[in-house]
Amino acid sequence: MKDFPALAERMLAQARAAGAEDAEVHLSESTRFSTRVRQGTVETVTEATTRAVSLRVFLDQRVARAGASDLRPDTLEGLVRRAVERARLANQDPCAGLPDEFPAPPPAESLNLYDPALETLPADEKIALARDTEAIGLKLDPRVKNSGGAGFSTSRGRVWLVNTRGFAGTYRSSSCSLGLYLLGQEPGKAAQVSDYWYSAARQRAKLETPEQVARRTVERVCRHFGARKVQTQEAPVVFEPLLAAELLADVFAAVTGEAIYLRRSFLVDTLGERIAAAGITLLDDGLRPGGLGTRPFDREGVAAQRTLVIENGVLKNYLCGSYSARKLGRRSTGNGTGDGEAPTNFYLAAGPHAPEAIVASVERGLYVTRLIGQGVNLVTGDYSRGAFGLWIENGQLSYPVHEVTISGNLRRMLEGMEMVGSDLDFRDAFAAPTVKISAVTIAGT
Amino acid sequence: MDPFRVNARAYFEQEHGVDARRLERVLAEGLGRGGDFADVYVEYRQASSLHLEESLLKESRESVAVGAGVRVVVGEQTGYAYTNELSLEALLECARTAARIARGSRAAGSVNLSPQPVPDRYAVERPAHAAPMAEKVAFLRAADAAARAADPRAREVTANWSDEWRQVLIATSAGELVADTQPLATFSVSAVLEANGQRQAGWKNRGLRAGLEAFSVAEAERLAREAVAQAATLLTAVDAPAGEFPVVLAPGASGVLLHESVGHPLEADANRKRLSVFSGRLGERVATELTTVVDDATLPGLRGSVNVDGEATIPRTPTVLIEKGVLRAYLQDRLSARLMQMSPTGNGRRQDYSSIPIPRMTNTFLAAGDSDPEEIVRSVARGLYCQAFSGGQVEPAVGKFTFSMHEAYLIEDGRRTRPVKGATLIGSGEEILRNIVAVGHDLVLDRGAWACGKDGQSAPVGVGTPTVKIAKMTVGGRR
Repeated sequence: MKDFPALAERMLAQARAAGAEDAEVHLSESTRFSTRVRQGTVETVTEATTRAVSLRVFLDQRVARAGASDLRPDTLEGLVRRAVERARLANQDPCAGLPDEFPAPPPAESLNLYDPALETLPADEKIALARDTEAIGLKLDPRVKNSGGAGFSTSRGRVWLVNTRGFAGTYRSSSCSLGLYLLGQEPGKAAQVSDYWYSAARQRAKLETPEQVARRTVERVCRHFGARKVQTQEAPVVFEPLLAAELLADVFAAVTGEAIYLRRSFLVDTLGERIAAAGITLLDDGLRPGGLGTRPFDREGVAAQRTLVIENGVLKNYLCGSYSARKLGRRSTGNGTGDGEAPTNFYLAAGPHAPEAIVASVERGLYVTRLIGQGVNLVTGDYSRGAFGLWIENGQLSYPVHEVTISGNLRRMLEGMEMVGSDLDFRDAFAAPTVKISAVTIAGT
Repeated sequence: MDPFRVNARAYFEQEHGVDARRLERVLAEGLGRGGDFADVYVEYRQASSLHLEESLLKESRESVAVGAGVRVVVGEQTGYAYTNELSLEALLECARTAARIARGSRAAGSVNLSPQPVPDRYAVERPAHAAPMAEKVAFLRAADAAARAADPRAREVTANWSDEWRQVLIATSAGELVADTQPLATFSVSAVLEANGQRQAGWKNRGLRAGLEAFSVAEAERLAREAVAQAATLLTAVDAPAGEFPVVLAPGASGVLLHESVGHPLEADANRKRLSVFSGRLGERVATELTTVVDDATLPGLRGSVNVDGEATIPRTPTVLIEKGVLRAYLQDRLSARLMQMSPTGNGRRQDYSSIPIPRMTNTFLAAGDSDPEEIVRSVARGLYCQAFSGGQVEPAVGKFTFSMHEAYLIEDGRRTRPVKGATLIGSGEEILRNIVAVGHDLVLDRGAWACGKDGQSAPVGVGTPTVKIAKMTVGGRR
């Protein structure tokens, strides 16, 4: 929307006129498409272009926020005025404020965030991608005949960020994703098994093909046939990359500046300590070209950077926005949302081991293929989630397992990450290779 | 004008020029290429929130969202488009986009909208959005002070308030025009206790479709003390056991278990597509005779209650899903009801204007039985008593579900004894229903701020249960 910059300037001026010392306006515009095809029928097609604005105002070390998708001038003017009034009612907080400095962000073009091809991709082709993926998937194995559907979605848009400290930045970004959810049933059995696979990327050309997504989904479904519970025991577990990435989401939540200053993390007061096995290196990389978490600057205008979180087992950095950075006496790592922290590309660096060799190293243990439920206490690190997987017997994947839980403590689990695979898979903003953890409790019968 | 003192229909007409005539034109455009059904969902939402931490009121937020979505349904197919602009041109453009799903060329039919009355299940005396901010801040400060006074180990306390007022106008090609004004208010408090290098958090919250009169400083203080007591209990907790044990659910929030294990698998879309273990099993015995499960949108003031769902169906009665063990009904929206030749149950809910309605729960609970709750605990030789939950998840097609305890106790020789650390329980919905072996007479509808996620849409829901004994579940502890 070409009048966005003018609208943002007007809101900043209104905020200052109402008494704000500083203000920040974030505007976004996005165009979305999504479709789901099930059993060959187009179930849904959704399209929209939407706009939104959000605002922070500061005065006398006090802050207030506002947001709107109603962009009529009267609405916005009222929101700005009331935000300044509310800021006066907040408590004074010496750490409140815009970031202290705004180093130049990398040029957005160098980060490969936008695919113009998505602008012109016709709806029929988008639908065909989903249709083809499902159709291929339903032909690969006679036991796989039911489907939860195949989905294809695209999103593209632009954000603008301006503040009263002279920062003004904008960038375009896009993403697309293709996924499939299938069910299998063995002849004569009532129970169904299910699994999914997906591919997501900023560029259409980087997406896996319908054939690849379909094959992977069917492989994943079929390995669950005949699943059983195992006896309750302590044993090693191997997380395949998709699941190891889920584990990283919990680790991320524990290294945010907000969790640390509020003492809601098992990693409070551990900076500089060995918290993970030797060889474990964890990064948050906002600069990775084409990454789904990449952007030139964060929600506060702080330039993206590459931050070592854990280096060779030692906790090196918490991930901060400007507020938590001030609270902790650190610098923003470019993870600010204006209301806490968000990851960019948060990943576990690849290790030396072939994934097959990791499985082969386990005498008896669980290869985890699916986790469900919450069950993570970030304050203590206590971890307990429902799991599906494959039982490893003498270094071989032997039979599927369901309806068990895996339990441990995230700190012990990080310390117990004794093997890391070479198969780092950047499927999403959280990414990991195969990981083996020396021991957790598996609860079954 | 204050948008929330007036009827939603009058508000959209006066403030945005969205009247019956405009909606009729949009619906006609939506059906311009054929189609079985079309609707327009128009929404204006004002939300505000307050956040207190470190004894400081650090932030307040206000947001206004406006938008409309147009849906066109053809057979099993749904075309949907939405916008932030309510002008005739923007809405017609949405209608044309949504109509692309249809391939016909039938001339646009005409729609005559007539307003439908809705019940009043929210009974708001003092709308929270209109109350002075200081009144809500007082809840947060009281909670903070009460938590810190309750226990010197209280190291960090956070308290949050949020309220939302939603004006909704829904017009359908069947001629219905329904307006509703939906309030939602939430208070939450959480405390981290620290002692001898150990830390634990406790939390409590309230979520209601009500005004400020349903909240009080005294209640904020009580919830804060309960959160502190919970954290204190957890500081003394031992590891939960691992393996299969009998489980007793405390009345109230443990209804989360029913929500996951039975509620989701009984949503009509999953059953219509054979994506649920309960597909095609209406009339079958699926649970013990003690088991009656109800979804009830009509309960006044509860978080999951609605006057009208997201597609203009007014839930008139509770929906009995399982009656004395027999499967009686699915949770229906209009699409699934039509395809399954059943009746809509008023469960076609949507997160907001950007979302297509789908079958969702409202307030879902297990009906009271006749057992004495204390007797239920006494009947367990070795097991778990689950007091508070943090949530759950289900895979309806395979029936496996989890739910995660936040506060639980061992039962030893018929007595509730030591607290155990949080752990996840896992089971199969079908087995759980066959393992409900005692149901107490003490039904409690929880007043917590539960949110349910499905297909990327979040919806406020209510849960409830009496004391229940489940003969056997897998407990994901560590001992």
